[in-house]
Amino acid sequence: MEQKTLIKLIVGSEAIFFLALLMAFVYFTYVPTLNPRVATTLDLTTTGLFTVLLLSSSFTFWRAEVSFRRGQTKSLRLWLSATVVLGVVFLIGQGIEYTGLLSKQLTVSKGTFTTSFFTLTGFHGLHVLIGIIILSIVLYLAFLGDLDDPDSALLPSVGIYWHFVDVVWAVVFVVVYVLPHFLTPRAS
Amino acid sequence: MITDVQLPEPKTPLPGATVNSDQGLLMWISSVDHKQIGIMYMIMTLFYLFVGGLLALLMRVQLMMPENTFLAPDSYNQLFTMHGTTMIFFVLTPAILGMAVYMVPLQIGANEMAFPRLNAFAFWISFFGGLLLYFSFLAGGAPDAGWFSYAPLNQTQYSASPGIDYYCIGLLLSGIGTVSTAANLAVTIITLRTPSMKYKYLPVFVWMVFINAFLILAAFPSLNAALAMLLIDRQLDGHFFNTDAGGSALLWQHLFWLFGHPEVYIVVLPPFGVLSEVFQVYSRKPIFGYPFVVGSGIAISLLAFGVWVHHMFATGMGNTVNSFFAVSSMLIGIPTGVKIFNWLGTMYGGSIRFTTGMLFATAFLVEFTIGGLSGISFAIVPIDWQLTDTYYVVAHLHYVFLGGSLFGLFAGFFYWFPKISGRMYSETLGKWFFWLFMIGFNMTFFMQHILGIIGMPRRVYTYPNLAGYSLLNLISSLGAFLMGGSMLIFLYLLYDAIKRGKRAGDNPWDGYTFEWLTSSPPALKNFTILPPVYSFRPVHDLNHPEIGDYQKSDEEKYGTKDTD
Repeated sequence: MEQKTLIKLIVGSEAIFFLALLMAFVYFTYVPTLNPRVATTLDLTTTGLFTVLLLSSSFTFWRAEVSFRRGQTKSLRLWLSATVVLGVVFLIGQGIEYTGLLSKQLTVSKGTFTTSFFTLTGFHGLHVLIGIIILSIVLYLAFLGDLDDPDSALLPSVGIYWHFVDVVWAVVFVVVYVLPHFLTPRAS
Repeated sequence: MITDVQLPEPKTPLPGATVNSDQGLLMWISSVDHKQIGIMYMIMTLFYLFVGGLLALLMRVQLMMPENTFLAPDSYNQLFTMHGTTMIFFVLTPAILGMAVYMVPLQIGANEMAFPRLNAFAFWISFFGGLLLYFSFLAGGAPDAGWFSYAPLNQTQYSASPGIDYYCIGLLLSGIGTVSTAANLAVTIITLRTPSMKYKYLPVFVWMVFINAFLILAAFPSLNAALAMLLIDRQLDGHFFNTDAGGSALLWQHLFWLFGHPEVYIVVLPPFGVLSEVFQVYSRKPIFGYPFVVGSGIAISLLAFGVWVHHMFATGMGNTVNSFFAVSSMLIGIPTGVKIFNWLGTMYGGSIRFTTGMLFATAFLVEFTIGGLSGISFAIVPIDWQLTDTYYVVAHLHYVFLGGSLFGLFAGFFYWFPKISGRMYSETLGKWFFWLFMIGFNMTFFMQHILGIIGMPRRVYTYPNLAGYSLLNLISSLGAFLMGGSMLIFLYLLYDAIKRGKRAGDNPWDGYTFEWLTSSPPALKNFTILPPVYSFRPVHDLNHPEIGDYQKSDEEKYGTKDTD
């Protein structure tokens, strides 16, 4: 109860933090008109694939929680491991994307678009990393057999954080990757 | 001897540690007890109050006479920046957190915070944040762009010394601590109240801390985001606020004031709660209009997020935007005014004891009203255009921060001192301190209203010998020294009380709330048994059963009964 209330408050506070970063991004890329380079610079398909993987980790975590409540240790370990793997794969995807951009000389200091892009996605990546660390600890506990109290608030609290990280990415993905494609007038 | 003061101690040493941590310095460092952490917050506050005060005195020496050469312009810039940053982030903010962390568990009948280790973490990270900020003096120069560090002045091309980098990291660390404590306090109040303490029976101080916790959770992320962006600008050559490379100076102002204006209410709402306790106990009357005190607190916290642009009237945002924020800024005067009348109503007809705490509370009513009125004048856009960036602003903000927050905190400090230390302080010394501080404060800052109106700009290291400037600045500087001197009396008062003070009883003021039920100072375990709660004055009900609130109807308890 206490843990869950605490994590909800922290997540609420974090949401405002991301909102500030997102506003900075929107301000630099959408105002006064959309920066047309956004749609061409970023790879919608590849990032879209990794986005699906990250969002499906919310599903695997939900399955882990269900197994936990039912006391099914084996499937709990399985679903938790899947969640960690999906998180790691997403970070690898982000790494590949960053390397691609950097090889095109698109660094943080290139302009306001890259500054706000790297800050927004980078802080999200940092949150995914923190989530992976927490999940790894939980996974370790699961393999030790210490996750046996079905009333424990540990897993639901971690879940609130993990789902939050996914929701933030869903919003970021829509604003940074998807919307510019709809707003850019297509060259015919 | 100072050592015979009883202090709360942990029952067992640090688990798993091979060193003895139940005594001495290690006891404090390893402590997770909310009372010890509260005391450490207060000691840190006092330390930075003296440091920040010293910086202010240096500035007043420089400004004592026209065209003075005591300080060079760049040192003056560092001094006013560090003074403002210290006073807001390392004096007022930790002071309210310290008082909340110490008193909230006691007032709601809990034995600990919900997350004791998080509590200790938050204190220490704030503490080290402060040290990092001050380390900048050794690392090549303190921050020098003012406490709100406007862009593009905060960029490397205008401020090449690493001061602003330390400013970012120091404030980020203490910001993380503040957010953690706020969440911790909110969870504590939600989950750890003694079972019969409904929300309508919460002491007003707890209510204000509760509201404040949400204010912190919503306001600090803006600052943290802005600081992270600024650090990226300076360290990775980013372009958020660098106007030369397409960045936006206004973005910084929006993010900063979206935090900065709520911050003003963050450091004043808990003092409002403190004052509500102080007024009712020293007037021997329950607070007048409890629902209005709480309700206006909620109204202030909501309005706090809709007024930030009044700091930016001079940036040319257009009449529509300016008018909207002018109106919202005036609106916020209403709930604040409601509170002033609540306190006056509490004093009215009470049998008042003018202890030092009550003197500070009464002086608060006057000084804060002056600060509020000068604040309203800024909500009028043309007046703001005329007076912005003059000493009128300096006078206004000191009347709210000192005359408001600090006077409230002093009132609470003297009110709770017997509980925290187990000793009574000397009322004679207390009154000397109060009068000297109060006179010094008004001498220093009332003059600055006039200085601002006749056109003296703020943040300028010296001024020409114009008519009126010299005399008013001299009076202002002398007042500052009077305040500084009175702080020495305050130190002696503390020393005297701890060394020679009479032992305080459990409830020396005939207080109303649960902290007065435990021993003074409270033992490590606050309570073993508590009476049920039937009103917002449970200890009063217990000690005066013949006139207790428990037998009254709700209308009578809250003073909302129509007596016509």
